[in-house]
Amino acid sequence: MSDFDLERSWRVSRGVALRPERFGALAYSFDSRRLSFLKSRRLYEVVRTLAEHPSGRAACEAAGASGAELAQLRAALGALAASGMIEERAG
Amino acid sequence: MSAAAGGPVRLVDQFEAGLQAPICLTWELTYACNLACVHCLSSSGRRDPRELSTAECRAVIDELEAMQVFYVNIGGGEPTVRRDFWELLDYATAHHVGVKFSTNGSRITPEIAARLVGDDYVDVQISLDGATAEVNDRVRGAGSYATALRAMGLLRDAGMRNFKISVVVTRENVSQLDAFKAIADDHGAQLRITRLRPSGRGADVWDELRPTAAQQRTLYEWLLARGEDVLTGDSFFHLSAFGEALPGLGMCGAGRVVCLIDPIGDVYACPFAIHDAFLAGNVRAGGGFAGVWRDSELFRRLRSPQSGGACASCGLYDGCRGGCMAAKFFTGLPLDGPDPECALGHGEALLAGRDAGRATPRPAQDHSRRRPPPRACDESPLAVWTP
Repeated sequence: MSDFDLERSWRVSRGVALRPERFGALAYSFDSRRLSFLKSRRLYEVVRTLAEHPSGRAACEAAGASGAELAQLRAALGALAASGMIEERAG
Repeated sequence: MSAAAGGPVRLVDQFEAGLQAPICLTWELTYACNLACVHCLSSSGRRDPRELSTAECRAVIDELEAMQVFYVNIGGGEPTVRRDFWELLDYATAHHVGVKFSTNGSRITPEIAARLVGDDYVDVQISLDGATAEVNDRVRGAGSYATALRAMGLLRDAGMRNFKISVVVTRENVSQLDAFKAIADDHGAQLRITRLRPSGRGADVWDELRPTAAQQRTLYEWLLARGEDVLTGDSFFHLSAFGEALPGLGMCGAGRVVCLIDPIGDVYACPFAIHDAFLAGNVRAGGGFAGVWRDSELFRRLRSPQSGGACASCGLYDGCRGGCMAAKFFTGLPLDGPDPECALGHGEALLAGRDAGRATPRPAQDHSRRRPPPRACDESPLAVWTP
C-alpha cells in the first residue's frame, strides 16, 4: 500500500462505524459487512479525525506521529483505503 | 475480516483478553420453531412463556447501540415466527445495530423480500443442510428444501445480493460442497459453511452425522482453496492444525469476542454452549446485558490467560488453540485437552476411551416438541423422539 497519498484529503467512508478498544479500534462497514482492526490507539485517533484535517499527513501530525511511525500509519491508512473503510474527499 | 497494520500488537492476544463489547453476538429470539431439525443447537420447538417481551427486546437493542455492537446474529428457533419480529428488526436498524437473521425461509414473501433489499443494515441467512431435497430433508424435515429454495428465489428476484446460504456440514452433505457453491452462485448469494456441533439435539446425532476424519481433511482443503470466498464464521479453526491457517481469527471467542443471548434473556459464553456451566447472567438483572458482558465472573475467567493444558506441548497448538470448548464439553472431554475432531486424531483416541455408560452433559434448555410434526415423523429416519 505504498501508494497511499498522505497529502490528499480523507475521511471515514459512509456506512463505516468505529469502536475504540484497548488495542486501538474496530472498524465495521455496513456496506461490505467487513470488519477491520485498527491496531493502535494512535491509528484510531488519526482515522477518527481524518475529516477534520486538510490532509492525511496533517491528521497524523495532529495526533503526534512522526518519523518511522508516520510510515507505519501511512501503510495502515493504505490498507484501510484499499478495503473501503476510508475514502478520499474533496479537499 | 481483515487486519490493518499499525503496530506490533498480536490481535489474538488482545482478543483473548476480551473486548469492550462483543464483535459477534448471537441472539436467539425464540425457542419456537415450525421445523424440528435433528441437529438443532438450541433444542428448539416450543415457545418459552418466559420469552423476552417486545419492550425488553427493545431495551437490549438500546444497550447494544450504546455499546456499539455493530450487528447481531438473530436466530432461534425460527425468529420470524415472533409476531414482533419485523418491528424489532426495524427498531434495531433505526438504532444503528445491524441485523443478520437466520431463517428457514418459511415466512419470506415477495413483499418481505422487497422490503429487505432496501436496507443496508439487514442481512438474511437461509439455512440449507443438503444440496438436494433428499439430503436436506432428512435433517431439516420434509418440504424444508423446497421452502428454502423458494425463499432464496424470492430474495434473488427482489434484487437482493450476497445474502447468505448457511450449511452445517455433515457426513451426508460434505460431498455436495461444490453443489452448494453452485446454488449460492446461481442466487447471487454467499455460501457459509459451519461445523456440526454436539450441542442441543446435535448431541444425539453427532456420532452418525459428523464428517469422518477423511472428510474433515477434504473439507479443510476445499475451504483453504476457496479462501474468503466462502464464509465459515470461524467454525473450523481447529482444522488449521492440518497446515496453513484458514481465514478468520483462529481462536475460541467464547466470552471474549462472542456470546449468546437466549430467548429468556440468559447470557451464555457462546451460541453452542447452552448449559449452566457457561451461563454468565441474565439481561433482566440490574446491570442489563452490558453488566453481564463486563462483570460476569465466568467471562473474567475465560478472559484470563489459558494454559493449553494437555495440548500445550503440541507443536500445532498455535494453529488450533485446542479447538472448540463446546464440542469438548458436550462430548464429555476435558476442556483443557484436544478437540474431539483434533486434526491429529488425539480427540478420537479420547472419545474411544470414554466409558460406554458415560453420561455426557445435557443442555440447560430443551424446548423440543414432545410430538413433532407428523410429516417430519414420517420422513426423518434420524429423528430422535419417541412417538
